[in-house]
Amino acid sequence: MSDHATTAHPSLPGAAHSETAIAARSRMKTGHFRWKALIPIVYILFLLLPIYWLVNMSFKTNQEILGALTLWPTNPTLHNYRVIFTDPSWYMGYVNSIIYVVMNMVISVAVALPAAYAFSRYRFLGDKHLFFWLLTNRMAPPAVFALPFFQLYSAFGLIDTHIAVALAHCLFNVPLAVWILEGFMSGVPKEIDETAYIDGYSFPKFFFKIFTPLIASGIGVAAFFCFMFSWVELLIARTLTVTDAKPISAIMTRTVSASGMDWGVLAAAGALTIIPGAIVIWFVRNYIAKGFALGRV
Amino acid sequence: MLELINVSRRVGAEDHIIDVSLQLQRGSINVLLGPTLAGKTSLMRLMAGLDAPTSGKVVMDGKDVTGVPVRKRNVAMVYQQFINYPTLTVYENIASPMRVAGRPKAEIDAAVKKAADLLQMTPYLGRTPLNLSGGQQQRTALARALVKNADVVLLDEPLANLDYKLREELREELPKIFAETGAIFVYATTEPHEALLLGGQTATLSKGRVTQFGETTAVYRRPADLLTATTFSDPPLNVLAAEKRGQRFSGAGGVDFAAAPAHAGLGDGRYRIGVRPHRLELGTTHAAGFDARVTLTEVTGSETYIHATHVGTDIIALVHGVRRVDAGDTVHLSFDPAEILVFGEDGSAVAAPAAMAA
Repeated sequence: MSDHATTAHPSLPGAAHSETAIAARSRMKTGHFRWKALIPIVYILFLLLPIYWLVNMSFKTNQEILGALTLWPTNPTLHNYRVIFTDPSWYMGYVNSIIYVVMNMVISVAVALPAAYAFSRYRFLGDKHLFFWLLTNRMAPPAVFALPFFQLYSAFGLIDTHIAVALAHCLFNVPLAVWILEGFMSGVPKEIDETAYIDGYSFPKFFFKIFTPLIASGIGVAAFFCFMFSWVELLIARTLTVTDAKPISAIMTRTVSASGMDWGVLAAAGALTIIPGAIVIWFVRNYIAKGFALGRV
Repeated sequence: MLELINVSRRVGAEDHIIDVSLQLQRGSINVLLGPTLAGKTSLMRLMAGLDAPTSGKVVMDGKDVTGVPVRKRNVAMVYQQFINYPTLTVYENIASPMRVAGRPKAEIDAAVKKAADLLQMTPYLGRTPLNLSGGQQQRTALARALVKNADVVLLDEPLANLDYKLREELREELPKIFAETGAIFVYATTEPHEALLLGGQTATLSKGRVTQFGETTAVYRRPADLLTATTFSDPPLNVLAAEKRGQRFSGAGGVDFAAAPAHAGLGDGRYRIGVRPHRLELGTTHAAGFDARVTLTEVTGSETYIHATHVGTDIIALVHGVRRVDAGDTVHLSFDPAEILVFGEDGSAVAAPAAMAA
């Protein structure tokens, strides 16, 4: 019982007054440095270096990028960002990406909710096999699906539309969302459903008024994972779009202009691409660990 | 009146409920007594309409409600686990069935306040269930069952997960609170003494069958068969095999005593004798008795449980006071021949003590 109580903050770090935290603080006071600490520091620097370099480049001029190595911009400029925010062929890339990512999130979660409820609450013929089969959809590389999707969507005249990309990404995101939501739903005791029926709730009323709030964090995590996949996916998005729905990542790969490569603008575009992901992660940070465990903790 | 007529339920290859017929009157307290997996919850779910019987009929006030979904029936149920809506406040939790029924606000408010008052939940109405203690969570669930004013109130071991003190308190209050509503009150429990404290009617369950249904004290005093007697005995009933010849019972291991007047009329033959643990006494107080080898003693403060073996059968005696008996000792346990239950070889009761104080 009250499994859902434990879903509240499963991944929060230990309290600030934990033994290790106190020990760390007292070490800082004595000024004694432990060499073990070097390992995570080096690792984090290693991870952040490319991001720093990207941001660094985005504030440089092309001359400086191509010139001598500088650790930070000698003549910081916002020119690169200005290009992106004034040129529709740049900023529409973000708009397109956001449109199909949001569409995909909505479709995936809306489809996955009832499916996950069925898997979590009912036993039916082949339920376990079907449930596993769903996940195997994620095992094939997207390139496998690029050709059939292209052929299929051309036949329906959907090429270069946002919905085409959103639907194509559902192939990967719906199974994932079903798995995540099923985990969260199974953490809610079945007796809550029954109590609601005994109280007289109809199924839809129970589902939206009682059940959905109980798995709100699960819905958030599922939406986040859909976002993450759809936002970074390049191959299918590029295959299915031409100009009207072209995603930002596809635009970034075609930046050779008459004057050569526009390094600065490209770096600025890259830096901007990271931001939405960072914002979304902030909202679900407390539930991410449970999401990676597909809701099963 | 809620009637179950030859109700059975099969799940896969398993029989959960086998041919149960019961008649529960309005305003009555009914106890379903049986060990875990006896089918108490299954039976309740059939009464509620959460499950449909595989065969048989459920009739409510003369109307066949077999297969009518729970939503359409006026029932309330409280589970052993504390089940509430975690996202709603206690007030909304209690109000929930009335809100769904679309009652006017003032009526809901009055009913919720009254139920909260009865169950001493008034100070907590603004909290959410997960910020309450277990006892308060269960009170919330009980209050919700109360405001619904249901025809059938089903409590499935509602006090099992509560601490001792709360259990005593609630057990006393519950029948009173629900008696006023005139509902059919059904209470499932694994504990025989809880059934005796609640009174009313008791149905003893064993492996999906109702072995006996009747007034609680009557079922306890005069169990219809060995199965009922075993179910309705805690600590477990001691069963000895004995043969009656003339006016004497005799069995293995030195059991040999004169039959009490009540059993004098029984014909010669083999019987099984049931002796409740608290009827066994240390020493030779009574003529009937046997030697047993002690395996374990448990002292509860004012009483001592003596676990022993007697020619291969486990024996439990519950004796007054703190007795020092060590494992491995041989003790003599005796009982009053008038206070025994006598069963035939097939387990059906042939005689019970005429006036046995519970």
